[in-house]
Amino acid sequence: MKTSQRAAGATANYVDERTGAAKWLKKNLTKVFPDHWSFMLGEVALYSFIILLLTGTFLTFWFDPSQREVIYNGSYMPLSGLHMSAAYDSTLRLSFDVRGGLLMRQIHHWSALIFMSAIVAHLFRVFFTGAFRKPREFNWLIGVGLLTFGIVEGFLGYSLPDDLLSGTGIRIAEAILQAIPVVGSYLSFFAFGGAFPGTAFIPRIFIVHVLLLPGLFLALITIHLMLVWYQKHTQYPGPGRTEKNVVGYPLMPVYMAKAGGFFFVVFGVTAFLGAVASINPIWLVGPYTPGQISAGSQPDWYMGWLDGLVRAAPPIETHAFGHTISWNILIPGLILPGILFTGMALYPFIESWFTGDKREHHLLDRPRNAPNRTALGVTSIVFILITIVNGGNDIIATHFHLTINGIMWFTRIGLFVIPPIAFVITKRVCLSLQRSDRDLVLHGRETGRLVMMPNGEMVEVHEPISDAKKWTLTQHQRPEALPAPLPESATVGLKGKLRARMNRAHATQIPAPTLTDLKELGEGHH
Amino acid sequence: MKPLSSFRRNRVAGPILVVAALFTIGTAFGVASALPSAQTSITTGTSTLVSQGKELFLRGCSSCHGLHAEGGSIAPSLIGVGSAAVDFQVGTGRMPMADMSQQAMQKKPLYNPQETAALAAYVASLAPGPSSVTNESLTYERDGNSALGGQLFRTNCAMCHNFAGQGGALTNGKYAPSLMGVEPKNIYEAMITGPQSMPKFTDATITPQQKLSIIKWLQAANHEQNQGGASLGRVGPVTEGLLGWVLGLGLLIGAAVWLAMKAK
Repeated sequence: MKTSQRAAGATANYVDERTGAAKWLKKNLTKVFPDHWSFMLGEVALYSFIILLLTGTFLTFWFDPSQREVIYNGSYMPLSGLHMSAAYDSTLRLSFDVRGGLLMRQIHHWSALIFMSAIVAHLFRVFFTGAFRKPREFNWLIGVGLLTFGIVEGFLGYSLPDDLLSGTGIRIAEAILQAIPVVGSYLSFFAFGGAFPGTAFIPRIFIVHVLLLPGLFLALITIHLMLVWYQKHTQYPGPGRTEKNVVGYPLMPVYMAKAGGFFFVVFGVTAFLGAVASINPIWLVGPYTPGQISAGSQPDWYMGWLDGLVRAAPPIETHAFGHTISWNILIPGLILPGILFTGMALYPFIESWFTGDKREHHLLDRPRNAPNRTALGVTSIVFILITIVNGGNDIIATHFHLTINGIMWFTRIGLFVIPPIAFVITKRVCLSLQRSDRDLVLHGRETGRLVMMPNGEMVEVHEPISDAKKWTLTQHQRPEALPAPLPESATVGLKGKLRARMNRAHATQIPAPTLTDLKELGEGHH
Repeated sequence: MKPLSSFRRNRVAGPILVVAALFTIGTAFGVASALPSAQTSITTGTSTLVSQGKELFLRGCSSCHGLHAEGGSIAPSLIGVGSAAVDFQVGTGRMPMADMSQQAMQKKPLYNPQETAALAAYVASLAPGPSSVTNESLTYERDGNSALGGQLFRTNCAMCHNFAGQGGALTNGKYAPSLMGVEPKNIYEAMITGPQSMPKFTDATITPQQKLSIIKWLQAANHEQNQGGASLGRVGPVTEGLLGWVLGLGLLIGAAVWLAMKAK
């Protein structure tokens, strides 16, 4: 044995004798994970979070979270001599006078955008494949929590530099806070330590942004990953893959290398964006003054849907008992997002309630095999997309020569009309894909070769697909219609009827090819 | 008796005096009216420009603005808008309008500078109004303060024209145009005349000195370097979000697919 090996062995032994790590490592380093590109979306979010921690720490070295008034005398001439807050002043210095500061700021901001988009993409992957089903409901809830805190965290970061855009955002947040009936103005005074904008808000949100929420993220991400570890990762169906096994590669060395490499890919892409594309150029936007506002003031994209909803709301207010209730802010700014997020959080429980499915699921659904769920997912994507379009309605209006009122009315009507249409279309597409799968299993693949029979008939030669593929296309469990096996008492009443109806909708399926189907066809492939 | 006093008492003295007085006044008037003959030629020059302008106006503008520029059901009166408004609207090609859309668009001017000046002179001759300026007369480089201009711009202009002068949307398809590449004189004229949806910023609201500061800031914004890389249109988070999704997450999903393929 070489000296180096002996030294490494001795060190490992020393540690093991004191921690007992060897047994734990032996078990966990060989843990198997399935392999698919869509399983790496959550990884993108995780790595973006690490990049955010690293770049964010760098930014705190120079950022001064204070609304104290200062006079700018840094190197960006067009703002020279202006009165501004120390927060804005220090962000300018960070951008222009600190080596690498602007790059770090831009990597931080791009990373935040990618963090949020990766969370959303990951969420839809989990939704469309049914990965939230038992036993993973808690992890779904944690995920919804991470998404929600991510939106808040992103908004606070956007608000910190105290530029004209971020001040406008805070002003809107204040308006939403004030829209809460009765207690709104008290809450606003509490949050701002007095009247808007005051001097307390930025120091407060700074602590929430750099301490409270990142801490919460760390805790929730840890639980999120521990649950993945404990419950094992779901896998796509295929030959040899069952509800009781995991087919894939061991953590060591495959995923150590892969995940480690992928981290640097994520860092590389984010750094590339930070280096080539300007993001939040606060020096152009100018310092915040409550008397100023810029055309095209938008939030970052993950708040865009909320802005779009508020922009679409008709101006309705009620005055009662000396209080004003601004329905135009209250409904799109608080009530509707509340319903959407509650519905999203509860979806695993709702689905399990109306399907009556209490089994564990470790094999994922192919989205086409759950047409109702897939259609619901597409419906919500379409809904959010319309609101995001309306959130950017002024930019779209000027760049595509449209009228802003036209886009607003399109949104007001489209929000009610287009998502249901998307639902129906998606469901039909899913069923068509199922038919195509059935056809593939029964008749094989179209080869494009035409053969002329002796009687002059032209036929296309079909080639049977592999057994493995056949298995993949037919393995899924058909949801059984709930009303039949349930006692009649479970389907009466409004709740029972609703449950039965949702169950039937969810159970819509193209019958899978059976052995009889195959036998009937016999060898007579055509 | 002296001859003068005897003549004073003569009965023809009165009529002679009247004739002499009339002659003197007549001559004086003649001389006086002959004196400004040099001035007359200038007036004739202006009146030629005015009459040229009037002719152009009758041919090109009167169908909407009326034969006497009094306005009509589809176009406003031009009495009192001054030469600045004409220089801005016609000089930037906004007038004559290509079609009756929400707002006159900037396009290649239909009239050359001389014709524009003639139209401006004609409209200015109708009633006093703000006068047109030249780029040379705007000493913004010397008298403007860029930082102050930026502050004034953000207070008075950015709510429509965007923080970097990139333009923005107004109601019903109207818009505040981008101010990038606009000539200083046109910015100045727009401020004093308030074209289309724009409010008028009189010298009492924003002093000429402050107007020069705004122009100086805008000229600097025109030449502003893209400090952080590609500017993405300087329209805020909309294009940033689009790039984050398409290029950022797009590249990463591409990398994930590539890595998953490698494993097979």
